[in-house]
Amino acid sequence: MEPTRQETATSTSATNKPKPTRKRPFSGKEGMASSVFIWPALLVVLLLSIFPLLVSLYLSFSRFKFVKGGFEVKWIGLLNYKKLLFGSEKTHFLGKMEQPTTLGWIIFIGITVLLIVTLIHYYRSDRRSTGGLIFRAIVYAILIAFAWLLVITTFSQGGRPGTMVVTWIYVFVGIVIQYAVALLLAVILTQQLPGRRFFRVIFLLPMMITPVGVAYLFRMLTDTGKGPFAPLWQAAGLGMYSWVNDPWGARIAIIIGDAWQWIPFMFIVLLAALEGQSMEQREAALVDGANRWQIFWNITMPQIIPVTITVVLIRMIEAFKIVDLPNVLTNGGPGTATESLTLHAYFSWRALDLGGSAAIAYSLLIVVTFFGIAYINILRRRFVEE
Amino acid sequence: MSVKSKLFKRKNINAPSPIAKIISYTILVIWTFVVLFPLYWLAITSLKHPIDVNSGPYYIPFVDFQPSLYAWQYVLFGDLQNDTIRPYINTVIVALTSATLALILGASAAYALTRFRYNPKLGTILLFIGALLLDVVLTMVGVNWAIALAVAVAVFLILMQVLAKRFHRSLGNNDIAFWLISQRMLPPVAVVIPIYILFQRLHLLDTRTALIVTYLAVNLPIVVWLMRDYFQSIPIDLEETAAIDGASRYRIFLSIVLPLSVPGLVATFLFVLVFAWNEYLLALFLSGANAQTLPLTIAAQNATRGPQWWYMSVLILIMIAPVILIAIFLERYIAKGLLVGAVKG
Repeated sequence: MEPTRQETATSTSATNKPKPTRKRPFSGKEGMASSVFIWPALLVVLLLSIFPLLVSLYLSFSRFKFVKGGFEVKWIGLLNYKKLLFGSEKTHFLGKMEQPTTLGWIIFIGITVLLIVTLIHYYRSDRRSTGGLIFRAIVYAILIAFAWLLVITTFSQGGRPGTMVVTWIYVFVGIVIQYAVALLLAVILTQQLPGRRFFRVIFLLPMMITPVGVAYLFRMLTDTGKGPFAPLWQAAGLGMYSWVNDPWGARIAIIIGDAWQWIPFMFIVLLAALEGQSMEQREAALVDGANRWQIFWNITMPQIIPVTITVVLIRMIEAFKIVDLPNVLTNGGPGTATESLTLHAYFSWRALDLGGSAAIAYSLLIVVTFFGIAYINILRRRFVEE
Repeated sequence: MSVKSKLFKRKNINAPSPIAKIISYTILVIWTFVVLFPLYWLAITSLKHPIDVNSGPYYIPFVDFQPSLYAWQYVLFGDLQNDTIRPYINTVIVALTSATLALILGASAAYALTRFRYNPKLGTILLFIGALLLDVVLTMVGVNWAIALAVAVAVFLILMQVLAKRFHRSLGNNDIAFWLISQRMLPPVAVVIPIYILFQRLHLLDTRTALIVTYLAVNLPIVVWLMRDYFQSIPIDLEETAAIDGASRYRIFLSIVLPLSVPGLVATFLFVLVFAWNEYLLALFLSGANAQTLPLTIAAQNATRGPQWWYMSVLILIMIAPVILIAIFLERYIAKGLLVGAVKG
């Protein structure tokens, strides 16, 4: 359990350490009660996650074959991973790599400079520690490598992103859009407008629909021949253009569907946070003559940053697992342009390549864990725990 | 401006100016349309004959096309009836049971993590994982699973006696909590094959029990995570007073802590209920004709003749109806409940 230990090293001093005991009125039966409370939950999770996790890990190092009367598992070491990173699955998994375009260079250099500036900023601050510096240097180096991969596949002449990069696009573009819209709606509904409860309930609806249902629903809506927007489509002169056959058209359709379903989640959490903030500061600022924009930027935003960071983390974890929409809407196509990592793993599983499927799933797990830990340690510790 | 009018103005800090009002309502109406139009399309598609769907977009019932209850009849009383009722019952039972169990087990664990101090030894944990790995490897290379398990347990116990005292480093409550939430990062596809094999061995494949247990495990971390922060926000003084009066931990939990956390419990419950209600991938692997849930029925309408949009629309509508009713009913708890979890989570 690598992630758990890393987390320990850096954040045991979090806010919710049990307070030093003042006066402990509880005693005696405590030992018994503390076991009764926690063990049932731990046992269930242990049984259904640690065990399958280990089996999957083993599978990812082996070749799985059905033979007469059962199956055969043969240990092949790192071959499955090697195939994904360097072998026959490389273009499928990582993408086709070419020279970056000018835009690609700009993006890459922008990200790199930004990360280095952040690192220098950290080095100069009084929070720095050797451990923290090494941790950040490693994280940023990996992030720069990821940025390079993104640029040479997505923003390059003739390159194309593999399932790993496509999943990043879904996650990061999706989160930015979802957060922006959700925040806008939440800010509007914090005002005292008549009918706000009505809007609040309406805005929650998409979250309640099963993702498979949403996927089919969007397939109906985006049909350029019989869908509701077909006449508009024709009028705009796009009759001959089919988004399904255009990699970016298909990806945008999936990002829109995902946003439609998950904006409600961000919205409701942000709304709750906005309504829970203290009034006094805002009132004081208003009396001092600050305008609404200043109040929002200097008083409201800092107060909702902890919620923002948590809600983005939750969405990030969930978005990495996106599968239903690309599966139903485009079936991963055109080619593999919209295939997410989970879908890739699912296709491999369907082709009975269980070892390869497990290796993809594990790569996904490693990447999510990396982003999760980097995010928690760098952003959350900076904004929340100070 | 007099002091009095200033005071009056302060009260209305949230009241928007007329221009802000117009802009706000414009955005709200646009977004309402964005949310409702797909649902409207779903509703009218469920009222169309296949021919009305296939011959191009029609928008308004009675004007553009003649609505009929053909699809509704087919799904609820016709040929598809058995394929609807049974999955519906399955979905209700699986979602309610797993959400309730997750809430009970998860809330207790969350309470324990906020009020007790745990110090699991790192060595013990590593040893435990090592023993599990040994068990897995032995089973995979063909040793009978009972023997493999016995060997693993024996190795664990023996090494425990010998080595445990040498490890001094121990973990804390935060590590347990982080470990739990890290289970959420797991893509279902990474664990579904072993879970499939596990339930196959237990002869529980294609039963509601298998789905309930799986969803329970998947949902527990969310419950623990959300409820932990909720319990933390409850002042400990009340509990200490009760303890001095002689109440036991169980009594305190049941009659003081739980009643105080109703909004958090409700929001969390709704959250995990919706998840279990809508889950597709795990159900796809773990259930067949017997324990099939509704998302599978919906996907099954994408038959060889192409997607049967009209049946699909009916199914999606009858599937979201109860969830929406619950959500409207519990709306005022949701925001309150999620807030506490989110601020500190």
